[in-house]
Amino acid sequence: MSEMYDGRITDRKSGIAGFASLFALAVSLVLVTSGPGVAQTPPPAADKQGAPAGAQAGIKIPIVYLSEKRDRLPPLSLLDFRPDDDGIAGAQLGTDDNNTTGRFLKQSFSIEAVPPGTRDELIKVATEKAKQGVGFFVADAEAGTLLALSDALKGLDAVIFNAGSADERLREEDCRLNVKHTAPSRTMLTDALVQYLAWKRWRNLALVYGPQPEDQAFAAAFRRSAQRFGLKVVDDREFKYEVGSRRTDGGFEQVQQQIPSFTQSLPEHDVLIVADEAKQFGDYFPYRTWVPRPVAGTQGLYPTPWHPASELWGATQFQNRFQRKAGRTMRPLDYSAWLAVRSIGEAATRTNSGDPKTLITYMLSDKFDLAGFKGQKLSYRAWNGQLRQPIFVATPTIHVSVSPQQGYLHQFSELDTLGVDKPETKCTAFSGR
Amino acid sequence: MRKHKQILAGLAVAAAIGLAPFPAAAFKVFVSNEKDNTVTVIDSETLKVIKQIKVGQRPRGIILAKNDDWLLVCTSDDHRIEVYDTKTFELVKNLPSGPDPELFVLHPDGNPLYIANEDDNLVTIVDIEAGKVLGEVPVGVEPEGMAVSPDGKIVVNTSETTNMAHFIDTKTHEIVGNVLVDARPRVAQFTADGSKLWVSAEIGGTVSIIDPTKKEVIHKITFEIPGINADAIQPVGIRLTKDGKKAFVALGPANRVAVIDAETYKVEKYLLVGQRVWNLAFTPDEKLLFTTNGTSNDVSVIDVDRLRVTKSVTTGRYPWGVVVANH
Repeated sequence: MSEMYDGRITDRKSGIAGFASLFALAVSLVLVTSGPGVAQTPPPAADKQGAPAGAQAGIKIPIVYLSEKRDRLPPLSLLDFRPDDDGIAGAQLGTDDNNTTGRFLKQSFSIEAVPPGTRDELIKVATEKAKQGVGFFVADAEAGTLLALSDALKGLDAVIFNAGSADERLREEDCRLNVKHTAPSRTMLTDALVQYLAWKRWRNLALVYGPQPEDQAFAAAFRRSAQRFGLKVVDDREFKYEVGSRRTDGGFEQVQQQIPSFTQSLPEHDVLIVADEAKQFGDYFPYRTWVPRPVAGTQGLYPTPWHPASELWGATQFQNRFQRKAGRTMRPLDYSAWLAVRSIGEAATRTNSGDPKTLITYMLSDKFDLAGFKGQKLSYRAWNGQLRQPIFVATPTIHVSVSPQQGYLHQFSELDTLGVDKPETKCTAFSGR
Repeated sequence: MRKHKQILAGLAVAAAIGLAPFPAAAFKVFVSNEKDNTVTVIDSETLKVIKQIKVGQRPRGIILAKNDDWLLVCTSDDHRIEVYDTKTFELVKNLPSGPDPELFVLHPDGNPLYIANEDDNLVTIVDIEAGKVLGEVPVGVEPEGMAVSPDGKIVVNTSETTNMAHFIDTKTHEIVGNVLVDARPRVAQFTADGSKLWVSAEIGGTVSIIDPTKKEVIHKITFEIPGINADAIQPVGIRLTKDGKKAFVALGPANRVAVIDAETYKVEKYLLVGQRVWNLAFTPDEKLLFTTNGTSNDVSVIDVDRLRVTKSVTTGRYPWGVVVANH
């Protein structure tokens, strides 16, 4: 059961009426100024009057949203459960935004959310769609699945936007020409956090990581960032836990004892860093450490591509639009999916084309830039297809800062002080371009 | 306030004995402060703050009407336009505006008012005398900049996420053209003779010069400042002198105002002002230009003839818009 969405449901009646009259006006202009017969190839003037040349029939740009079914551990806090429409709601808002613009250019965008599936199911449906001519896929999937999807679509004019995985290898040794990343990489996130800690001169850090592979990946990215910006990880240790223990009735009494004793023997440090992407224990640390120290990492002060409370750089209306549409606040996955759909829209607007190949080439060119409510233009790194973007450093209710921090300079873009940079990259797929 | 009275008294005396002690007339400068819900009033002669008017929530766009007797303020979070008397600073009335009004422009005949509703992809048209909504025009995502042609036939709206300048016929309220510009267009401004339209693109970092008849971009101004990262050059406010010779463009977090030859489009100079400079306003005699510097909570005063920044005046928090009354 696919869910087709073309944004028209929320279109105002007046919007459709306005468009109809606009189109009628454009047509009448063509007829009046050029006479019949020229109508098939409208003169350039018509282009500026709202009905562009080459778009008599309209350009249709279908996008497919792929979401992988995953077994996730329930998070510690009830507030951290994922909504069912996480990600897709952002993609739908992006489609609305594209269509509002598209109505002036006779371009229409649609997003189809295929039901969440296993790796094999996703490959099957994506291949079918790509063969039918769909050129754009937005994916929320694990790294392995993303690579399998990329391989399956090889040779077809299609591109996959990775909105859901921070894994470094997708941008590095396993990078693919047909994959772009609107989700920030893990090193972009940890660099953003560490730049802020460095600005605060909180130099000595104790690191606690969980047993899940993504916890270890976050810890590794964090160690790299600390070294890169001159901070010291004075000690690190693993926090072991029994999965599913969160619902123990009245469990706080023991946690209140457990965390102080766990942190008692740590050497002197300024900040305690937790690496708990699975959200299984990190929230136990703030206010429970042996010595009073701030907690940062995946909980406490954390780096994120989007914050639901940001009203910076004109984001108020963007947050409002999302809230009205989805009935909840915008999450990082929604934002990354919105960026993917808006990238497609922006490329279509600028090239006046719906041809995947044209749009993909344009997105990687130095002409492409995207406004994403981050105070500066966003663009794709030409060497690995990663979207450059500022990263919020935040607490759950409000942002504390936005990285890159002032003073971290770069010869090309200060945004490239976040994450693995061009001279260090292991990605070779893009170098022939 | 006392100083202002003293000046008025001084002026009265001077007028009485037939001697004008001041070479230029004093104008009132009104600055909307987005973050503390006030409008700062500055005397253009003494450059002193003479009043802080308490207004509605999140004041942004600010213009004058009725021969500058009325001050109109978009109080965005109150979803209305507040009208103040520019002499008594008292509230006259509220006007309907549609949701989240940000910027607006008045028809050269003095009525109606065209308002960009940033949260609703609309331009709302309001009769300021009757206080009635006359119509709505659907435009692109996040409408922002508003301009009206000197002959009053065309209103232009820019949409920040659609990245277009929409041309609206003021008679039919229909869109008659859409011109694509660079990312996040903020301010639109016609030249005094109506032959060109200037549109700033904040994220794109450019100013597009549009031929309003052909509805085509005929030139794009770019900016380069040694030692300033290109990403920080974010054009917003535009002001053109009436003789069509000079243009001033506020460059946001680059903390500078560009001085441009409006005939050749060459950037002649960058003037260092306060932080995150957004909007600009001339005095009616075009001798002074005021700039709102959001992050440093002040306005810079530019001497237009000498092209020098002569003073900065502290305002409320996050000054946003500025307008100067002719009295």
